[in-house]
Order: sequence, then structure tokens, then C-alpha cells
Amino acid sequence: MGEYFHSVTLDEAKCKGCTNCIKRCPTEAIRVRHGKARIINERCIDCGECIRICPYHAKKAITDDLSVINGYKYRIALPAPSLYSQFKPVYGRNRILNAFFRIGFDDVYEVARAAEYVSDATRKLLSEEGIRKPLISSACPAIVRLIQVRFPNLIDNLVRLESPMEVAAKMAKKKAVEKKGIDPSDIGVFFITPCAAKATSVKAPYENKTSSVDGVISIKSIYLKLLANLEKADESKQLAKAGFEGLRWANSGGEGLAVGTDNFLAVDGIHNVISIFEAVENDKLEGIDFIEALACTGGCLGGPLTVENVYVAKSRLKQHVEEAKAVQKGRRRKLEPYDESIVWTGEIVYKPVLKLDTDIEKAMKKLEALEKIYSGLPGLDCGACGAPSCRALAEDIVRGIAYETDCIFKLREKVRDLAAQMKELEEKTPPTMS
Amino acid sequence: MAKSRMDLHYEIPADDFARAGEASSSVKKILVQLGIDPVRIKKAAISMYEAEINAVIHGGGGNAEVTIDADKIVIRIIDSGPGIEDLELAMQEGYTTATDEIREMGFGAGMGLPNMKRYADELDIQTEKGKGTVVTIVVYFHQQG
Ligand SMILES: Nc1ncnc2c1ncn2[C@@H]1O[C@H](COP(=O)(O)OP(=O)(O)OP(=O)(O)O)[C@@H](O)[C@H]1O
Ligand code: SF4
Ligand SMILES: [Mg+2]
Repeated sequence: MGEYFHSVTLDEAKCKGCTNCIKRCPTEAIRVRHGKARIINERCIDCGECIRICPYHAKKAITDDLSVINGYKYRIALPAPSLYSQFKPVYGRNRILNAFFRIGFDDVYEVARAAEYVSDATRKLLSEEGIRKPLISSACPAIVRLIQVRFPNLIDNLVRLESPMEVAAKMAKKKAVEKKGIDPSDIGVFFITPCAAKATSVKAPYENKTSSVDGVISIKSIYLKLLANLEKADESKQLAKAGFEGLRWANSGGEGLAVGTDNFLAVDGIHNVISIFEAVENDKLEGIDFIEALACTGGCLGGPLTVENVYVAKSRLKQHVEEAKAVQKGRRRKLEPYDESIVWTGEIVYKPVLKLDTDIEKAMKKLEALEKIYSGLPGLDCGACGAPSCRALAEDIVRGIAYETDCIFKLREKVRDLAAQMKELEEKTPPTMS
Repeated sequence: MAKSRMDLHYEIPADDFARAGEASSSVKKILVQLGIDPVRIKKAAISMYEAEINAVIHGGGGNAEVTIDADKIVIRIIDSGPGIEDLELAMQEGYTTATDEIREMGFGAGMGLPNMKRYADELDIQTEKGKGTVVTIVVYFHQQG
């Protein structure tokens, strides 16, 4: 997959060119051209805001169909912690997990379990001498990409650990090979995702990194199939192994609680995250050791590919957490030893997508032109030109992808001038006739 | 080749906290579009922000004059406020004359001038009692020396 693969894409047929999405996009990655929204690939961070806001459901997430599992002999499902609370509380976690066997899977490995390992490793990182604080969670891929395009100074604050999804994929594969003696090439591991961002992080991982996940299936697409099998699912197999701290990761604040530092800050919703990151970048946030930042409002329970209302899901999650807590008698689950493969070795580089030119002299010329154009625009940020703001239009003009007359006010001015000129010409009579 | 340079001008309104910081955030955006090293941008943005806020809170408003060329940014924040009585004292961490009201708004930790000193590559402050203050900040875009 290319560097700029994105799970978030446009369904042309449904798009009405209404400009709702262009204003909502946190990286100004959308323009409307010829009546259709266009996503500027290098700017998109797959946060899913446009999927949520589009009144015509024209923004969609590309994920794999359930049939992707047919390419493998031994299929393992990796359900995100946000899956459980999509179902009515009468269905316990174990029943939900057992239902996977009825729809074609051979095993399940809860991502919530892997989240416990990541929490543990993060705790260790935080106690290390000289670690850059605040540490920022790298679990939400939309946040990592936001940092890559808008907050390069925070790249070194990211937690250098694999996400729970990746850790789960590695651990599940290892377990199948070691305990069941299965040939690694026969094993397929499939993440059951609440979001597009995770799909992108599998199909187009950050630099120099490959994903251990073989397919990404959305909660939305698998929901009905699981639901239809819940009644009949047999619960004899004890599959629910994750502890309450891992389960809580589904909710905003859950990772912070699991990491367990007193000085953590949990922020959810991409626009809120941006405000917090601005404060960190400007040295305005003191005394915080750890930041849990999630692109979706409410955390992963609010993921764009979930089915249940985020607040209903939150209340249900509490029950799953309480049940697990009761089993653990309120204590943290004792983890099996884990290895180095949890450390994230990939490189995260700054993507200067807003740069006008690689040559600073040229960039300055363009910027000057931009300022001049901008000062002539009405400043209404109306969006009718297809750009999110007048400044963004000015920027597009100097980049050569838009025209001044894309602004309806500028166009009207031009038409008025032309009309005046025509009138003037019309009044002139040829000298031979006067 | 004649080197290009950009001159920018901003007004800094007095006591308008809603708009305080607008000039420095505009300059920050411009530096990003010019493709300046993010670490340098941070230095310029934070030191300019502090000087701008001081002009709003202590200086009765003023102007920002910014010049950018390929090598550096020069930021001048000019106010015609009361001036700084004792500059040496004002430069110390924690020294502030901010009122309780201002402190309730999250300013007045006495860290602005020390932060400017920390982040600016060059800092010059000309101040005269009763006349006003001119803060000049220089940040180089490439490692110096
Ligand atoms: N432009 C100015 N005009 C008049 N007095 C100033 C000006 N700038 C700073 N001062 C004086 O210097 C003191 C210290 O300034 P400094 O920026 O370090 O701290 P502060 O503004 O009080 O608090 P903080 O910057 O942490 O919000 C101020 O309290 C004020 O008395
Ligand atoms: S908050 Fe969770 S669901 Fe939303 S984009 Fe991030 S990882 Fe995906
Ligand atoms: Mg100050």
C-alpha cells in the first residue's frame, strides 16, 4: 500500500458538495471541487470527523469484509475493548467472545489483554530517569498522525510502545504457534475495529514499520452477524481473560487510570486534543506526566465504526468492568512475562504538509502573494469556494489549485466591473457615425 | 541574488484578552508555511507570545513589527505604556506586578521575561519610565556557531 493510503474515503455518488465536512476537518484536508468533496491525502489523519458529520453518509471507511478470513487456515479475532458494550448487557463478555467461533473464527485474543501489557510497559517508561514528559499515548493512530502533521515538537513525547492492537496480534500468533503448533503462515489475525484510523495504521503503517495484523473488520459490519449468534453461542470455553484495567481502555480516561500515575490528563475529541497539544507545545501545561489523547469524543466507544450510542456504551462498559473487577477482587491482574517486541522501533517523522515551498525564498514569495490575496478576500469564511476559510483559499490560490474567482464575492466584483465596461463600450459610437 | 524579506505588522490591542496572542499565533502559522525547523518556530512563537502578552497586560497595548528573511526572524514589540521600573528585577523568575485579577486569568507567574530570555537567541529590552517599552527578539533559523 502506498504511503498515502487512507481508510477514510469519499462515496462520490452520495456527496452533495454541501461543505459541511470542510469546516470540521482538523487538518483542513478537504476541499469541494466540481460539487464533490476531495480529500487531500497527505493531510488526512483518518480521525473520522468527516464520517461523523456528513449528513449524506458520503464519507466512508474502507475496511475488510469478513470474507478476508477465508485466506487463512487458522483465524484469530482480536476484538477491540470497545466491542463488548455494543451489545445489550444481558450478554456477558464470554458469550460475545464465543460467538466468534460461530462466524468462522478458530480463536480470539482480547485486545484488552494486550492493553494491560502496554499499560505495564508505560508505567515502567514513566519511572525511567530522563524520560521526556509529558509522555503522550501513541495508542490512537489518528493522534500519532496529528502530531506528525501539526505538532512536530511533540514527536519525541510519544510513547514508543506498540499499540495494544499490534501487541495482541503478535501475542496471539505466538500463542497459536507455541501452544497449538500451527504453521505461522497459516495464521491470520483480524482486528475488530471501532475506527478507520486503525484500519489505516494496518494498511499503511507509520514509517519503516510493518503491521502484524492481517485484516481489519469493522464492528459495524460484523455486529449483526455476532448478534444473530449470541443466543446460540456456547459459553463453556473461558475466553474472557482480560482484566478490568484493559477493558477500561475503551473509554476515555481508561488508559490513564491503567497507567496509574497521579498526574495524568485524559483528553478526547480531536479538537480538544489540539487545544491541549497547543498548550503543551507552548509550555503552558505544567506538572503533567502522561497524556492520554483520543481522537473520538468519549474515546474508542465513540469510534465512527461502532453501532451503539457512546453514552449508552459507556454505561454498559461499567458493568463489564465491575464484573471483571469482582473476579479479580479489585486487584490488578498478574501479567505473564512479555518480551522486547512490545517496544515500538518504527520512525515517526514530521510531515510538513503546510509548507509552501521547499525553497525558503520561493516560499516567502508565495507567502507574500498569499497575504495580498487574503487581504482582498471578504473574510467571511463562508466555505462557498470549497475551501474551509478565506485564508485556506488564498493558500490554495498560491499553490495553484484554486482561483480568486472561486470566491463568489470576487466573482461578483468581476462581473460588476465587466458590466460597467460593457456599458461604457456600448455608449461609444464609431467615429464614422458620430 | 537579492534576498527577499517579509515585513509584517500587527496591532496589539490593550486589555483585550480574547485577542491576546493573535499576533504570535499568526507569525507561527507563517513560519510553518515557510518550512522553518519546528524547534526554531517554537522558540520564536513562545518568546513573541510572552512579549505580546506583556504589552497587552502591562504596556497598555501597542504594535508588533516582524521581519523575516531566510536566516532569521526579528520581532519588535512596541508599547507606550508605563515602562519597566527595574528591569533587572523584572527579569527574575517569579517577579510580577500583576494584580490578583490578572492572576486569576492564568497570567502573572512572573515567567514571561525569563521565558523570553530562554527562548530568544538575542533579546534586547529598551524601556523608559512613563514612555514605554520596546522588546526586540531575534531567533535564527539555523544553528548558530
Ligand atoms: N511591556 C511592559 N510594560 C510595563 N511593565 C512590564 C512590561 N513587561 C513586563 N513588565 C513588568 O515586568 C514584570 C515581569 O514580567 P514577566 O513577563 O516576567 O511576568 P508577568 O507578566 O508578571 O507574568 P507572566 O508573564 O508569567 O504571566 C511584570 O509583572 C511587569 O511589572
Ligand atoms: S479514539 Fe479510538 S476509535 Fe477513535 S480514532 Fe482513536 S483509536 Fe480509533
Ligand atoms: Mg508576562
